[in-house]
Amino acid sequence: MTDCVNDRTGMVYEYFNHSSNQPLLHPHSGAPGIRHIIKKIIHSFYHRTGDPVTLSNINIMSNNNYIGQSVKRVEDKRFITGKGRYTDDIKLVGMTYASFVRSPYAHAKVLSIDSTEAQEMPGVVAIFTGDDIKASGIGGVPTGWVINFRNGDTMKEPPHPLLIATGSTAKHIGDPVAVVIAETYAQAVDAAEAVTVEWDDLGAVTDAFKATQEGATLVHEDVPGNLAFDWELGNPIGEVDEAIEASAHVTTLEFVNQRMVPNAIEPRAYIGHFDEATDKYTLYTSTQNPHLIRLLMCAFVLGIPEHKVRVLGPDVGGGFGSKIFHYTEEALVTWASQKIKRPIKWTETRSEAFMLDAHGRDHVSKAEMGFDAEGNVKALRIKTYANLGAYLSTFGPVVPTFLHGTLLQGLYTTPKIHIELYGVFTHTVAVDAYRGAGRPEATYLLERLMDLAALEMGRDPVELRKQNFIPAFDGVEQPGYQTQVALQYDSGNYHGVLDRGVEMLDYANFRKEQKEAAKNGKLLGVGFSTYIEACGIAPSAVVGSLGARAGLYESAQVRVQPTGKVSVYTGSHSHGQGHETTFAQIIADKFGIPMEDVDIVHGDSDAVAFGMGTYGSRSLAVGGSAIVKSIDKVLEKGAKIAAHKLECAADDLEFAEGKWTVKGTDKSISFGDVALTAYIPHVYPAGLEPGMDFSSFYDPANFTYPFGCHIAVVEVDKETGKVKLKRFIAVDDVGNVINPMIVDGQIHGGLAQGIGQALLEGAIYDENGQLTNGSYMDYAMPRADDLPMFELDRQVTPCPHNPLGVKGAGEAGCIGSTPAVVNAVIDALWSGGHQVKDILMPMTGERVWRAMQSS
Amino acid sequence: MTQITVKVNGKVHSHEVEPRTLLAHYLRENLSLTGTHIGCDTSSCGSCTIHMDGMAVKSCSILAVQADGCEITTIEGLATDGQLHPVQEGFKECHGLQCGFCTTGMIMTAVDLLNQNPNPSESDIRHGLEGNFCRCTGYHNIVRSVQWAAEAMNKEVLIE
Repeated sequence: MTDCVNDRTGMVYEYFNHSSNQPLLHPHSGAPGIRHIIKKIIHSFYHRTGDPVTLSNINIMSNNNYIGQSVKRVEDKRFITGKGRYTDDIKLVGMTYASFVRSPYAHAKVLSIDSTEAQEMPGVVAIFTGDDIKASGIGGVPTGWVINFRNGDTMKEPPHPLLIATGSTAKHIGDPVAVVIAETYAQAVDAAEAVTVEWDDLGAVTDAFKATQEGATLVHEDVPGNLAFDWELGNPIGEVDEAIEASAHVTTLEFVNQRMVPNAIEPRAYIGHFDEATDKYTLYTSTQNPHLIRLLMCAFVLGIPEHKVRVLGPDVGGGFGSKIFHYTEEALVTWASQKIKRPIKWTETRSEAFMLDAHGRDHVSKAEMGFDAEGNVKALRIKTYANLGAYLSTFGPVVPTFLHGTLLQGLYTTPKIHIELYGVFTHTVAVDAYRGAGRPEATYLLERLMDLAALEMGRDPVELRKQNFIPAFDGVEQPGYQTQVALQYDSGNYHGVLDRGVEMLDYANFRKEQKEAAKNGKLLGVGFSTYIEACGIAPSAVVGSLGARAGLYESAQVRVQPTGKVSVYTGSHSHGQGHETTFAQIIADKFGIPMEDVDIVHGDSDAVAFGMGTYGSRSLAVGGSAIVKSIDKVLEKGAKIAAHKLECAADDLEFAEGKWTVKGTDKSISFGDVALTAYIPHVYPAGLEPGMDFSSFYDPANFTYPFGCHIAVVEVDKETGKVKLKRFIAVDDVGNVINPMIVDGQIHGGLAQGIGQALLEGAIYDENGQLTNGSYMDYAMPRADDLPMFELDRQVTPCPHNPLGVKGAGEAGCIGSTPAVVNAVIDALWSGGHQVKDILMPMTGERVWRAMQSS
Repeated sequence: MTQITVKVNGKVHSHEVEPRTLLAHYLRENLSLTGTHIGCDTSSCGSCTIHMDGMAVKSCSILAVQADGCEITTIEGLATDGQLHPVQEGFKECHGLQCGFCTTGMIMTAVDLLNQNPNPSESDIRHGLEGNFCRCTGYHNIVRSVQWAAEAMNKEVLIE
C-alpha cells in the first residue's frame, strides 16, 4: 500500500509505506494496531465513503443578505417574555410525579427494601423497586462506544440497571433503589422518605490512580483492577523513549485535570407518557439528541417498538454535554408510565444534578516534553489515568481516548508522540463529555508544558511556540497535515492567531509593566495557550473503525410549501446555540427569500426523520451541511420547472436573488412561482414528480479543526494569593462564520467555563465517596463579577471539506482558556521570584499563597 | 391548608395552599406562570427572581403564604400592553441570552437594579447581577444588554 500522505516529511511517508496484507487487525491490538487505525483513517480520506470533498464553499461568503450578518435571534421573543417551554413547564392531563429513593452510600449492598409504610401514604399511585425491574427483565442503560484493551481483550462493560435490586450493590452516591409515583410532587417526596432500605456499607474508592492499585476496593467484582480498558496511541513507545533520552531538555509535569460538574442551569426533567388508546409512548426529555435517546431506549433498554415511540426535546436550558447521555430516569419514567397508564413527570433537584449528571475531565497524568538544544520539540510521552465513574456513560470511553489522545499533536511538529491511558472505574458518578470533551484535557497538557518549558529554558513562550508551529496550509493547494496521533488536520494558519493575540495584548509593553510592578511588590502575569480541536464530529466510517456503535452524520429535510414558505426539519437540537436563526440565514440567502419565510423545526422525533443531535461543535459543520445538500436538490428541481415554464434549457438559467433568469435576458420566474407550480403542476415537465420536499443525510469527510490563541493577564495579591483576572484575549479561527454575534456568544460562554475550571470549580469526593460540595452553596462557579469583558478577534481559514467552510465554535472557548489562566498565575509568581511549577486547580487564594511560601 | 390572596401581574388570585408551598411553585403550578424557573435548591441561582411589592426577590426563598396580600410581577407581566420593557429589548439587541433558562430571573433582577441605579457602571451591573448564575453567556453580553437598557431608559426620560 503506497498511500502518499505527506511527502514533504519523508519520514511520515515512509512510516505508512510498509505493505501490509495482514488480515484486518483488531484496531487495538498492540503497536501494529495503531498503524492500522491510522491507515484506515488515511484510507477513508482517499477512498471516500462519505461525501465528496467540495471546494465550492470558498465563495459561500460572497453576495449574501443574511450569511455573515449578526442577525438578532428569532428564538429570543419567547425566552425574554417567559414563554419558553422547558420540560418542567409542561403539564399533561392525569400527570403524576416521581421521586427516587437513592443510596446515601458510595458503595453498599441492598439488604432489604421496605415500601409497605410508603404504600399507604396519601396520593401514592405506585412504587417500583430494583426487584420489580429485575423481575421485568428489562436491561440497563448501554454505552455507545467500545474501547478494547491493547492486547485485544474486550472492554469491561458492567450493566447499569435502572434501579438497584435487593442483593445488588449501589455503586455511587445517589444510585437509585426505588421510585415512588404520586398525585403531587410533594406527596411523592414524602412517600419516598418513608421507604426504608437496609444497607451494608462496603467502603469506596474514588481516585482513578488509587483504584488501580493493589488491594483497592473493586467497583465491579468481575473487573480486576477496576480497569475498563487500557489504551495507547501514537508512535511506538520505543521510538518515543529514545527521542526523550536524546533530548537536551525535558520538561516534566505531573498534574490533575480536576473533575468538573457541567451545571446547566436547567436541572434534567422528563415526562413519560404511555397512551393506552394507541399503545404509543411519548417521552419529553431535556436532551441534546432526541433520536439517539429513542434508539438507545427502544432497542437496548426497554425493547419497545421504535415506530411507536415519540421523543421530544422541547426547550432545553443548556446542556454542555451533560444532556447527551441516555440516563436511567428517562427509561424508567417511560417504562413506569406503561405500568400505571398515566403520564409521569420527574424533575431533578440541583442536589440530585450534582450527584447524577455525568461529570467531566478527572484525569491524573504524567507528561514529558523533550526539546533539542535549539528548543525544537522532539518528543511527547504521556501516561494518564482517566476516571470513568462507576458506570460507562453513553460516550464515556471515547472522551479520554479518541477525543483526547488524537489532539496531542497540538499545533506543533512534534515527531514522536505516545500516550498510555487507563480507563478506570471508581465509586463516583459516570464521567463523560463536558464542553470540549477530551480536547481541553489535551490542550491543557500541551500548553502548560510549553509555557513551563519556556520558563525552564529561559525562552520567550511566544517565540518557543512559533518555532515549533506547523507551517500554514489551506487543505486545497497544500495537503492536510498528517499527525502522529491518527488525525489529519484540514487547514490551518497557526502563526496568524498568535501574532494577532500578541498584538492585542501589546506584549512588549506588558513585560515592561510586569517588571515595574514586580519592583514594588505587585505580581502581574501573562499566560498563553494556542489550541486546536477536532470538531464537526464525525466521519461515520472512521469512528466506526475506532469503536463507535453509531454513525455521526446529520439529517435535514427542506420542505418548500406551495406558497413558497420553507419548513426545515433538522436533526440538530438547539438549546442555546441559536440554530433557529443561523440555519434560517442559510436557507433565506440560498433561496433569496426573507428570513421570516423560513421555519426551523427541531427536537421532535415525529417531525424529524432522524438525527444525531447537538454536541462536539457539529451543528453547523454537519447539520448545516445536510441542509445545504437538501437546498441544492430543491434548486436543481426548481431549475427544471423554471426551464419548462420559461421554455429554455436548464443550463441557460442562473439563479440569484430568489429567481431563475434566462442568461442575458430579463425573462425570469420567482422562487415562489416555481414552488406553486410544483404543487399545481398544470404546465409541468413530463416525468417530473410534483412537490418540492427533499431530505438529505450528510456524513462528513473528516473532522473539522478550529484553532486559536488565548491569552490571560492576571494579578496575584501577594498577601492573600487571590487571583484577579484582569484581561482575557481570544483570537479564534472557526472557519467561515454565518452569524458573528452568535459565534462570539459561544466563545464567551466557553471562556467562562474554562476560566471557571482554572480559578473556581472542581467536584470533591471524600474518601467515603461522599460528594462534599454537591450544591451551589459549595461548588463555586463564575458569577458576573468574577469575569472581565472579553476581548475577541477572529481569523478565517475555511474548512476545505464541507459546503459551508465552517469548523464549529461551540467548544473553542472552553478548550483553550484553562491553561492560559494557569500559565498566567505561574508567570506572575515567577516574576516575583517564586519558581513554582504547578498549582492544583482550582487556583484558590490559599493554594496560590501556599505555593508562594513553599518556593 | 391556608387561604391566600395575591395580586399577580395585575390580576387578583386566591387559593388554598399548603404552608410549605414555595412561592415559586405556587406561581408555576397554581397560576401556570412557568416563566419563573427553578434552577437550584439553595436559593443561589436566581432563575426564580420576581418582583414583590416592587423589589426583586428570589421566589424560591419565600413561602406562598408570606406573599398573601402582596403585589407580584413576574416576567409574564413585565411588558405593558405588548410593549417590551427596555431590559427585555436590551437582551434581544445585545444577545444577552442563549438557552433562556436564567434569562427571566436575570431580566427581573436587572429591572430592579436600574430602578435603583439608572446610571450603573460596568462593575455596578456585574455586582448587581452577582446573585444570578448564567452558564451559557459568560455574562459579557448580559452586561451589554443592561447597559443598552440603561441608555434607552435614560433617553426615554429625556424625551418625556
